[in-house]
Amino acid sequence: MSNEAIMHGHANVISHDDVHHDEHHAHHHQSFITKYIFSQDHKTIGKQFLITGIIWGVIGGLFSVLFRLQLGFPDQTFPILETFFGHWAKGGVIQPEFYYALVTIHGTVLVFFVLTAGLSGTFANLLIPLQIGARDMASPFLNMLSYWFFFIASVIMFASLFVHTGPAAGGWTIYPPLSALHEAGDGSKIGMDLWLISMALFIVSSLLGGLNYITTILNMRTKGMSMTRMPLTMWAILFTAILGVLSFPVLLSGAILLLFDRNLGTSFYLSDIVVNGHILPNEGGSAILFQHLFWFLGHPEVYIILLPAMGMVSEILSVNSRKPIFGYMAMIGSLFAICILAFLVWAHHMFVTGLNPFLGSVFVLLTLLIAVPSAIKVFNWLTTLWKGNIRFTPGMLFAIGFVSLFISGGLTGLFLGNSTIDIHLHDTKFVVAHFHIVMGVASMFGMFAGIYHWFPKMFGRYLNNTLGYIHFWVTIIGAYLIFWPMHYEGLAGVPRRYLDLRGWHNFNKFDDLNKMITIVSMIVFAMQLMFIFNFFYSIFKGRKVRTQNPWGSNTLEWTTPINPGHGNWVGEIPEVHRWAYDYSKDGRDFIPQTEPIGADESKDH
Amino acid sequence: MQTLFIVVILLLGFLITFQIAKASEYVSVMRGEEKSRKQNNRINAFLLLVFLIGGMIGVYYCNERLGGKILQMGSSASDHGVDVDMMMKITLIITGIVFVITQTLLFWFSYKYQASDTRKAFYFPHNNKLEVIWTVIPAIVLTVMVGFGLFYWFRITSEAPGNAMVVEVTGSQFKWEFRYPGKDKILGKKYFKEINEANNNPLGQLWDDPANHDDIYVSGEDMHLVVNKPVKLVINSKDVIHDVGLAQFRMKMDAVPGTPTSIWFTPTKTTLQMKKEMNDPEFVYEISCDQMCGKGHFSMRGTIVVETQEEFDRWMVAKKPKYYAAFPEKDPDAMKAKADTVKTIAAVMPQKK
Ligand code: HEM
Ligand SMILES: [Cu+2]
Ligand SMILES: [Cu+2]
Repeated sequence: MSNEAIMHGHANVISHDDVHHDEHHAHHHQSFITKYIFSQDHKTIGKQFLITGIIWGVIGGLFSVLFRLQLGFPDQTFPILETFFGHWAKGGVIQPEFYYALVTIHGTVLVFFVLTAGLSGTFANLLIPLQIGARDMASPFLNMLSYWFFFIASVIMFASLFVHTGPAAGGWTIYPPLSALHEAGDGSKIGMDLWLISMALFIVSSLLGGLNYITTILNMRTKGMSMTRMPLTMWAILFTAILGVLSFPVLLSGAILLLFDRNLGTSFYLSDIVVNGHILPNEGGSAILFQHLFWFLGHPEVYIILLPAMGMVSEILSVNSRKPIFGYMAMIGSLFAICILAFLVWAHHMFVTGLNPFLGSVFVLLTLLIAVPSAIKVFNWLTTLWKGNIRFTPGMLFAIGFVSLFISGGLTGLFLGNSTIDIHLHDTKFVVAHFHIVMGVASMFGMFAGIYHWFPKMFGRYLNNTLGYIHFWVTIIGAYLIFWPMHYEGLAGVPRRYLDLRGWHNFNKFDDLNKMITIVSMIVFAMQLMFIFNFFYSIFKGRKVRTQNPWGSNTLEWTTPINPGHGNWVGEIPEVHRWAYDYSKDGRDFIPQTEPIGADESKDH
Repeated sequence: MQTLFIVVILLLGFLITFQIAKASEYVSVMRGEEKSRKQNNRINAFLLLVFLIGGMIGVYYCNERLGGKILQMGSSASDHGVDVDMMMKITLIITGIVFVITQTLLFWFSYKYQASDTRKAFYFPHNNKLEVIWTVIPAIVLTVMVGFGLFYWFRITSEAPGNAMVVEVTGSQFKWEFRYPGKDKILGKKYFKEINEANNNPLGQLWDDPANHDDIYVSGEDMHLVVNKPVKLVINSKDVIHDVGLAQFRMKMDAVPGTPTSIWFTPTKTTLQMKKEMNDPEFVYEISCDQMCGKGHFSMRGTIVVETQEEFDRWMVAKKPKYYAAFPEKDPDAMKAKADTVKTIAAVMPQKK
């Protein structure tokens, strides 16, 4: 269906007051299926991404609690685990294969399904048309397909959990030859094929989505919405989509070659291998080739996760400080720089693979270069808070938490990006601490900030505030308690992906720490369940939104009805006359983008 | 039973928190939303300040508790490790300063500029001078860090000195094997299709290559190194990617099937010295596999002894090349022994006659 058709279809629907909106839809032959399941409304698709993401979040989080049990209490048995997982937890002890399967699926699912699909998918879909002033995406149909490809990918990944030899277990980075050789372990059997197929479909989904986001932002802005009047969320999502479109195909090719090596006897990644006493015929392949392909996506991927969070945080910080975002153009510039540099640093994950040292030095330079735009962003966020008039909504608190985590995790990146130190820290717990803080938890905070901030727009109700505050405080304290001391384990040389340190003289000295981390992570996980409860409860029972613009925000989404229908605006799409950040200008609390520039308005911007 | 108990407690906690949250919402509606919003704002602003102070104390406490357990700067047991530690120190100082400043500003601003009816926010959309300052300063600082880093990096990754001893390390699921080049100081050629444990050829050595005839194969025991003598490790893998992790030497290198890699360093402390220095009579140098390699990854452990040249020679002299295990008839000792027996027999026989 073309966009025109949607617009027309709506002109007659939206002529009454919007309280009865839903019923009208029903009248106009929107069955339950087309409205909620095979929906082409960007808002509904956004919610589908969000809810699927939440389900994966629970699974991935639960897995981390399980493997933390092993790390925190390696000498105890938990008979209940055997009840649920059978031979995977024989005698109530998590078996190594099980542990590695859990870690692998935990990483994969959180990185790709929660923080890529769940984050970009949700907020790109929800916000792009609303914030640029469009009725829907450029192609609502492709947009719908994007979700359904993600859905099929999810089903396959989920199914892989139940095959007899278990899911993939080579780590979320699935380096061959481990992932290429069936004989190398249970986790390299059918589970690995399912993983690859699921990821291939996921990539298709993300490409369909990404192309759509780019086209929509470039072509469908309303009158007056020049690129430099867009809110930073839009810029961030635009760059995210560009990163994804340029890098995901490389992972796809890497994954397909791996499938060939696994099943068709090719030797892209294989050479000189004797596994389990079997001499394999393959010669001439390169195991390192895969790492280049993987990290050519893998590094941009961390920014694909982070940029949308940055965009939303910029917006939320500005709205709730009642101040314009400081250095709007510099913020765009630094997003742009990050986007370019993200493609030029991938080999910093490979300093100790035997990479040519000179090449390594080039990647050191480029990697540390990326710290400059990151620093600019931090300083600009700080200045945005300076002399503000700050309201601490739960969304705002999560945005502040994001900045704190981004600083902490960004600084440890300076250790790892410097190859000299990375020799020592590579593949230790230090890395786990680093990427969880800077990418995992920080982006989660961005996502929470976005959910709290735009929930009223999504569902016409508020989340429970008090629970929101508890959620924030427990999560930020917990996140630091879990991941800050983990750096010390890395500094002691403890390798990552070790499920039991008792056999090691130099590493076996963190018992108390590991217990503490495990207990805190259980509390944090329970808190997230509470949040999810709040989420679903509030969809139906939350306090109703009664004003169109509850946060006093300038952007266009708050000019739509409280419960916008398909097509978003009743009547004309509003015209835009100014940038999105006129807060506290000329003594006025806020000036919406739709308001023409006044004759006596001060000139700044 | 106990689990059930915990689940019930959790559920109760859940319910209670939820009820409180719901009640507080009703209360706020009754008291006037504006009033309770202001109160919440004050509470959270205060908590942010508390979090800053508590967090900084926590960072300090964490360091007190755990600082002693990490590899101490300056405790490195190799020359390259000293460089790594130095770079670590430089980075730690710089990032530490930035960390304290930025986190303090973040939470302090949040607290200080909390909403108040008496103040208006300051319209401050940009300021070129400020922005240039905080582009240029990080750029300069980072250049310094890159400069130091690369200086050390090139030193560490340079060619091994000519007098370095060579040890070959081979990883496979889930063990380490070592090979010393023997008197000729050359590691003989290998081909993976020759690997055959049963035939005494675990590494696939090509016996046609004479350089192989004196190579010493060591497995299931310590790797021995000589203190203050540079060593070059030639690293291989037979199956999947492993990684030779040497935390005390601050060295690390992947073992990639099909593509040999290498590192070199000079051990500067014997195992005995380390035992004394660390006040730990059990101390050993460990090789940890640092690259996920399958279900036994976490237990893929090797050990190293660093000793004096004499000790090393004494250990080495007792070793026999694998060649002789594969071809016992070529073993001079065996030949001699055989010859000896023949001689003894010959000597005994006539007596009997
Ligand atoms: C409750 C919060 C979490 C806890 C306690 C936790 C804990 C852990 C731990 C301990 C590991 C390392 C296991 C090992 O190497 O032995 C790990 C791996 C990982 N986690 Fe998390 N995690 C959490 C949340 C997240 C989030 C939000 C993300 C999203 C980016 C994430 C992404 C990953 C990734 C990518 C890995 C590496 C997986 C692999 O090695 O293949 N985690 N997690
Ligand atoms: Cu990276
Ligand atoms: Cu290994």
